[in-house]
Amino acid sequence: MLLDVRDVQKTFDTSDGPFAVLRGINLHLDGGQSLALTGESGSGKSTLLHLIGGLDVPDHGQIVIDGADIAAMDDTGRATLRRGGVGVVFQQFNLIPSLTIAANIAFQARLAGRYDPAWVDTLANRLGLSAQLGKYPEQISGGQQQRVAIARTLAPRPRLILADEPTGNLDETTAANVMDVLLELVAETGAGLLMVTHSTALAARLGRRLHLRAGCIA
Amino acid sequence: MIGVTASALWGHWRRNPLQLFTLLAGLALATALWSGVQAINAEARASYDAAASTLGEAQFDRLVSRDGQPIAQSTYVALRRAGWLVSPVIEGRLGGVRLIGVDPLTAPSRFAPVGLTDGVDLQEFIVDGGRVIVAPDVQLDGALRDASIAPNTAVADIGVAQNLLGRSGEIDAMIVAPVQPLGQPPLDQIAPELRRQVAQDGSDIGRLTDSFHLNLTAFGLLSFAVGIFIVHGAIGLAFEQRRGTVRTLRALGVPLRLLVVLMGAELMGLAVVAGAIGVGCGYLIAGVLLPDVAATLRGLYGADVTGTLQLRPVWWVTGMAVAIGGTAIASTAALWKLSRMPLLAGAQPRALAVLAGRGALLQAGMSVLLLGVAGVLAVTATGVIAGFALLGALLIGAALALPIVLRGLLGLAERRATGVVVEWFWADTRQQLPGLSLALMALLLAMSANVGVSTMVSSFRLTFVAFLDQRLASELYITADGAAQADAMVAYVTPRVAAVLPIMSTQIQVAGRPTDVFGARDHTTYRENWGFLDALPAAWDAVHLGRSVLINEQLSRGASLRVGDDVTIDGQSLQIAGIYGDYGNPIGQAIIAEPLFQTIFPDITALQFGFRLQQENVAGLVADLQTDLGFSSDALIDQAAIKAISLGIFDRTFTVTAALNVLTLAVAGFAILMSLLTLTAMRVPQLAPAWAMGFTRARLGRLELLRTVMLAVLTGALALPLGLALAWVLLAVVNVAAFGWRLPMYLFPWDYARLGMFAVIAAGLAALWPALRLARTPPSDLLKVFSNER
Repeated sequence: MLLDVRDVQKTFDTSDGPFAVLRGINLHLDGGQSLALTGESGSGKSTLLHLIGGLDVPDHGQIVIDGADIAAMDDTGRATLRRGGVGVVFQQFNLIPSLTIAANIAFQARLAGRYDPAWVDTLANRLGLSAQLGKYPEQISGGQQQRVAIARTLAPRPRLILADEPTGNLDETTAANVMDVLLELVAETGAGLLMVTHSTALAARLGRRLHLRAGCIA
Repeated sequence: MIGVTASALWGHWRRNPLQLFTLLAGLALATALWSGVQAINAEARASYDAAASTLGEAQFDRLVSRDGQPIAQSTYVALRRAGWLVSPVIEGRLGGVRLIGVDPLTAPSRFAPVGLTDGVDLQEFIVDGGRVIVAPDVQLDGALRDASIAPNTAVADIGVAQNLLGRSGEIDAMIVAPVQPLGQPPLDQIAPELRRQVAQDGSDIGRLTDSFHLNLTAFGLLSFAVGIFIVHGAIGLAFEQRRGTVRTLRALGVPLRLLVVLMGAELMGLAVVAGAIGVGCGYLIAGVLLPDVAATLRGLYGADVTGTLQLRPVWWVTGMAVAIGGTAIASTAALWKLSRMPLLAGAQPRALAVLAGRGALLQAGMSVLLLGVAGVLAVTATGVIAGFALLGALLIGAALALPIVLRGLLGLAERRATGVVVEWFWADTRQQLPGLSLALMALLLAMSANVGVSTMVSSFRLTFVAFLDQRLASELYITADGAAQADAMVAYVTPRVAAVLPIMSTQIQVAGRPTDVFGARDHTTYRENWGFLDALPAAWDAVHLGRSVLINEQLSRGASLRVGDDVTIDGQSLQIAGIYGDYGNPIGQAIIAEPLFQTIFPDITALQFGFRLQQENVAGLVADLQTDLGFSSDALIDQAAIKAISLGIFDRTFTVTAALNVLTLAVAGFAILMSLLTLTAMRVPQLAPAWAMGFTRARLGRLELLRTVMLAVLTGALALPLGLALAWVLLAVVNVAAFGWRLPMYLFPWDYARLGMFAVIAAGLAALWPALRLARTPPSDLLKVFSNER
């Protein structure tokens, strides 16, 4: 099993006291599968994605990726996992403004020591970025920036891809195009895809769908 | 991983070259001012060390004649025969060069000219017409150059020097070897006309000039502080702008520790580059200023300092260390915040919210604490170090308070605003304040330093001019070669002048301090011109009755003597009738009545005289004295010439501080320019809505200019009281501790108004370019702000 989430709980301190965002989440995902995580704002979708991506740690429970419990890892271990094992596509793109598009795409693969120029070229072509490689992020459109973010995530060929509202900032047509390419590439690489989305139409394109409500799977 | 992460982080500078330039230039400027001052200090100290080793000034006691006249060679021979281990020295000027004659055979080993121990043939040195050893800056054919000889100095065998100076058979002093044989007869028995001058007395150049160098160092430090404010601002902004990048890098798996190390290494690399540039610029600054400093030290303290600069490791190493240390200080907060930043923290730059919440409270607390410390020190500080600690606490405390005070003032203006545009203007200015506060702090420091130093210098000058009028009341001064010439001259001039005022003095120990004692003739010149800081009624009457003494402020403060106290002058107990200001004199001084002086010091005869006569008769008397009695022009000095020389020396003293003031103000102007330029890009999203709602771009540009000028005016208004407080500390605390006298403080409103105008012009010029850039922002750029809102 690629991903196994067992009884994960997370509580945040707020000015009104402790707030339980996740109250015992269980889910699993195998390689080559895709899963849509839907729910209302504040239901805990992004928090769960951050925990699975090793960006935060749960208060309770286990998150096992390829047999390793990331909840038990220290900061260095989680950083290593983020470099190569898990790829995250953010809603806000989070490109590095000081690097060109080409350098941004290659960045995570080089960090992980898995830089394959041919594969990076393929990604750039497939995502329609070949003409933009010498530009900087601020010089291209939002849709193009999101494609760069997807290419960067796929470049090290991660086993698990996490996407947080990857098309939330794009218009309908561009969003559909980006999703087409993302799903094609995920299928080709055999990675698992866990995507957080508000869109029922997008969720319907993935293999399974889970709905979160008030920190629990409905 | 390291390479690719470093490339992502450092790429920021490629995309923001202006920010990189600000950081490098700020640090380089700060280092340049600091290391420039240190270069001057190092050069001067090296010159003092060379002087001390050449003459043994600080190491050996000396025998000198009580009346200041040359010592006969026979006296030296008598002392040697009596078992005294002494060595003769003669000193004079030859073509502007200080020539010292020594006897290498009898000189104590550490006193010998350094060159002599380094292979110079002794035979070659001592024979008539023998070898002369000179400092590197002295041009003399056939002479041996030695870097350890004091600047502008030549050393020769005493016989050679006597011949060159035309003073055969004379010596000026004798160096006393530290170890003397037992049972030698006392000095009084063999040479009663001589007195022993102990080493390290009031003429020690190093001690005298310490306060001068301390002042230079303080201004160097102040300039450096202004520069560090710039660096702190640039680093803070760079870190804030890279929050998003840092967050992304961490999300992509780069360990936090690696990021901290890489950003720390990046800053250290920049510090090394900027430090090297700064040290180079400091060398140039020192090269320009050193001749004035050398002239100052020569004029004020009689210290010879070379006018050329050498690349001494002590200052370039400290210059680099200060650059790296300054960067470390300026970046500590930013690195600390980075190391504590949660991975999921917001990626938006928060540079404009630095003062919000706890930060503002902490800053206010620090400011109150430092101003409180300054308040306590203002009452208790007595030493130079405490004085500078007071200055530091006052300046930093006030600088930290500036944004808080300005925010309050702007808030008040906003509440009182009537129109919507004015209201928006004040609110927008308040929003800009955090981004500009560091530059405004730098401006505050620079302006207050200018006000403080110009007040001190102008007060000093005003007092000094009055002091010269008091001291140089006689219209003509003359120096005789000896007692016979003096008697003949007095007889010659007495019928032609209103008064002859002999100037007789000797140096003795009074209240344990080296003191020049003067005998004053009873004449209205003194009664009318001599001002007192504190005195008994009819002080001069008491002095001329032989019961009282007048002392200078240095002796009063140094020995804790007050008016009415008794003091002993060579066994004679006298009451202190008055204390007078004595600016520029490093040691104590006492004035007693002429008859009493002659009783106590019968061997001393006056060789210097002041004459009272009509100013229009001065030229005629000078000509007659030269014709009839053979006086040289060197021996005759009229009052106007002395005043001109004295004021000339004085004015050069402050050339360096004036130059540092201008440089500091320039650095502050640069800080404003760079802050505004780096903020311009961040301003577009803030101003785009105002543009969309009907402001023209030109009007927005004008408002930006007005905003900066207005902030500079407000800062200038706050700098004035701070500068006056700074002047008070300099005059009432630092000056008293460093020099031993207190100056009255005068105010110079026109000077302050002019300085304020310059500062506002500087700020306006600094704001002009960013405002023009803003006014010319293409509409497409302004529209991007809205198109990005998806």
